[in-house]
Amino acid sequence: MSVKLNTRQVGDVTVIDVSGRITLGEGSSALRDALRELTAKGNKKILLNLGDVSYIDSSGIGELVSGFTTVANQGGTLKLLSLTKRVKDLLQITKLYTVFDVHEDEAHAVRSFA
Amino acid sequence: MATEKGATGAKDVLDRHYPSTLESVDQAESEILNAAGEAGFDEDDQHRIGMAVRECMVNAVVHGNRYNRNKQVHVAVLIEDAARFIIRITDQGEGFEVHEVPDPLHDQNLLRHSGRGLFLMGAFMDDMKVRKVPPAGTEVTLVKNIGPHE
Repeated sequence: MSVKLNTRQVGDVTVIDVSGRITLGEGSSALRDALRELTAKGNKKILLNLGDVSYIDSSGIGELVSGFTTVANQGGTLKLLSLTKRVKDLLQITKLYTVFDVHEDEAHAVRSFA
Repeated sequence: MATEKGATGAKDVLDRHYPSTLESVDQAESEILNAAGEAGFDEDDQHRIGMAVRECMVNAVVHGNRYNRNKQVHVAVLIEDAARFIIRITDQGEGFEVHEVPDPLHDQNLLRHSGRGLFLMGAFMDDMKVRKVPPAGTEVTLVKNIGPHE
């Protein structure tokens, strides 16, 4: 299963529900395109819900990092929600877990943007 | 089909050449995961092996062979002494110097888009070796020990 993205608005926070695999090719490019489109439209508060992401490779990690810096460079903030154990482990061994603001509860995550 | 090499205690479980495409990455990952399952690895170890293989295949196809359809990626898997699951992935690229690959955990490299593949291979496997093979190419050997971990 490749990646699927669904974008919704919760107040002034844009939530992207991601499911499937974020790997080199279609998966990582779809995420890159979605984040670029949102930042181009001026969305500055973006919450990436990774609860249904089964797999991320190094290319997918690269897209998360690029998304983080792209949004930050536009004066916005990208946060992560609902990491699976494997994705959390991956971010920890790559020392990126502390770079991202990671949340487990959506309502709490949305409030944290205020 | 598996073949026995009695004198060395090694059993070949996979020996294939793949074209330099992203489809080959998925195919090699899938076939090696099947072999890992048959070797008795649990789900977590299969996931680690699959990730290491994916990273290695991507390096071989993208950075080594640069998607050149005239170049192939050779994948060999063997089980040594019923104790070590050994994967060798060889490309036909120009090669690289391992010591020149930036440390992805260094503070100044944390936000780089790429450069984590080799690190992840080492992190997910018990042993990893990289060597240049003449006349051109890089061979990466990934090893996962079979049996209970301490």
